[in-house]
Amino acid sequence: MIPTKRPKLELLSPDFIQKIIDEALIILEKQGIFVENQEALELLKQAGMKAEESTQRVFLTPQIVEDSLSSTPPVIKLYDRTEEKEYIVGEDEVHFDPGSAAVTILDRQTQEQRKAVTEDLVKFIRLTECLEHIHFQSTGLISSDVPEIISDSYRLYIGLLFSSKPVVTGTFRVEGFKPMYDMLVAIRGSEKNLADKPLAIFDACPSPPLKWSNLTAQSLIDSARAEVPSELISMGLTGATSPVTMAGTLVQHVAENLCGLVICQLAKKGAPVIFGGSPASFDMRKGTTPMGAIETMMIDSAYCQVAKHLNLPTHAYMGLSDSKINDNQAGLETGIGAVLAALAGVNVVSGPGMMDFESCQSLEKLVIDNEICGIAYRLIEGISQRDDPLATHLFENFTADTQFLSLPHTKSWYRKEHTFPNVIDRDTYDYWVSLGKKSIAERASEEVEKLIQENLSNLPEENIIQELKKIMHDDAKKNGISSLPELKID
Amino acid sequence: MTQQELLKKIQTAVIEGIKEEAEALAREAVEKKLDLNEVVEKGYILGIQKVGDLWEKGEYFLPELITSAECMKAAMAILQPELEKAQIETKSLGKIVIGTVEGDIHDIGKNLVSSMLSANGFEVIDLGADVKLEKFVEKAEEEKADCICLSALLTTTMLGQKKLIEMLKEKNLYGRFKVMVGGAPVNQKWSDDIGADGYAENAMIAVQAVKNVIKK
Repeated sequence: MIPTKRPKLELLSPDFIQKIIDEALIILEKQGIFVENQEALELLKQAGMKAEESTQRVFLTPQIVEDSLSSTPPVIKLYDRTEEKEYIVGEDEVHFDPGSAAVTILDRQTQEQRKAVTEDLVKFIRLTECLEHIHFQSTGLISSDVPEIISDSYRLYIGLLFSSKPVVTGTFRVEGFKPMYDMLVAIRGSEKNLADKPLAIFDACPSPPLKWSNLTAQSLIDSARAEVPSELISMGLTGATSPVTMAGTLVQHVAENLCGLVICQLAKKGAPVIFGGSPASFDMRKGTTPMGAIETMMIDSAYCQVAKHLNLPTHAYMGLSDSKINDNQAGLETGIGAVLAALAGVNVVSGPGMMDFESCQSLEKLVIDNEICGIAYRLIEGISQRDDPLATHLFENFTADTQFLSLPHTKSWYRKEHTFPNVIDRDTYDYWVSLGKKSIAERASEEVEKLIQENLSNLPEENIIQELKKIMHDDAKKNGISSLPELKID
Repeated sequence: MTQQELLKKIQTAVIEGIKEEAEALAREAVEKKLDLNEVVEKGYILGIQKVGDLWEKGEYFLPELITSAECMKAAMAILQPELEKAQIETKSLGKIVIGTVEGDIHDIGKNLVSSMLSANGFEVIDLGADVKLEKFVEKAEEEKADCICLSALLTTTMLGQKKLIEMLKEKNLYGRFKVMVGGAPVNQKWSDDIGADGYAENAMIAVQAVKNVIKK
């Protein structure tokens, strides 16, 4: 059998990749990078790096970058709550997760954006749990009905209660890591087991240009020491917070992320790190950051190619839209992004459900996007040789009446070769009319209703629920918050 | 070169965003002892207004806008001391204290607003990013500002905008300074909810919005 070719997108030539890396190393060595975290600065100085105390600017040698690269694992394995399902984050494996930390939700009834509350977050998490092609969960919505100070731990709390999938999350405050880590340990039973079988990824974003803030550098250090994977989310805006050329932004992106990687490796050699990002092609007319711009997706695909060259796991914000409703734009931007991400072999793709410049989540969109992800997965499976010969045997005794519907060959392969969408319309016109002339958004809304109405199932064991609750309530108390919104499982 | 020609050249320098030229023309105006008020009003301000028109028409984008605003700033740095020396009252549209609230290091939006305000004739005191709320109030009192402009990019830090208004109320200063809010997660509803005087979607709208609230 001829091996199946995995279709692949590569935007950069090997020479171009090398030039980007070389320039990133020059910047780190000659211009330096700001690290506004004392502990990280100490680690870097102990490793012999030059640092300017007054400005918190540190200069990284190519050698330390190289050493850090060689100690970073090329592949991370994540496990779901049951520890039975393993997800490879590395090579050309692709996993979609909903875009994270939206502040609003597109209300299904009014079709207006509004602040999300706990009930929305629960629905969002439960919906993600049932969507086949969304492999990871994300703490995708900020609940406005709990005080902001605990919004980081609270969203992970809800995520862990109502979902078994691995989760992409992150801290909003230095103190946030401890309760969040404790929750993950509660699920796994021990720190060692959590380190062996990671359940969560922690995002940390440098501030462009060339700065790691106190909060984000601390997240890197805390995660590395606990062997929790860190996802480095560099996010230059072309021509605003990074060079206007895509190549220029790539240089800055690589420099920022490499510094993050060095901090992780100095905190703990061998710590799992994902080379990610959320850069954007800054719109010079509107002053906005379009995630659905083709240039944004080109930058994403290209830095992932650089990261693959460096033998690192990858992440990008792709498969999302800037549209404000579930219209053509939402579909086309999400579709192009998801397909390109899959072709580029991006390991963790954050985006589904998201719209309006990463600020809004839509449950209907999540359902539609799940199908888009399915399409992308089908594409990268490629065209396989299923049997030998390919077809000649099917044409033996060929006549003018030959058809293939009744062939055993058809029955044995059609489900493997072809996908069957659910909310994408493939009806005849008359049948579509008889169903009420519904748009995909309307069908998706009905699907949401169906999926989240099913009984609560697949919850953690009762003693774990109690432990999670205790950690959350303790964190709330520590921050002067005496009560939290009631949950269905209370 | 007649004064008219010089004013024309100044406008062109601002419109085309040629900083060295804008500065050189400012020095020339000083050397020739021209009416500096007129140089500012009919040269630089007219120039930046035309830049605004080009933006409105969709011909100019942010890079043009910001380079022109910087031309203006550079020229004013030369003209301002001379105007003061000659004790000429310049027409300031108002005094603005601006910054990104504490905990938030994003200042690109704030910088745009700051540049556009100062280019359009406001006196702007830019406190930078990650600014303690107390600092806004202190500075506004010290400078007798007309308006405080607060930027926040994060949903977590936009709370600082609300806190500042509470702080003003506590100190019995609410109403003394107008408060404008801006930033990606901010909208009119938030501005109304927290009792701010106004909100602007982008830097160009901000100029008009600040003019409007100060007039009130």
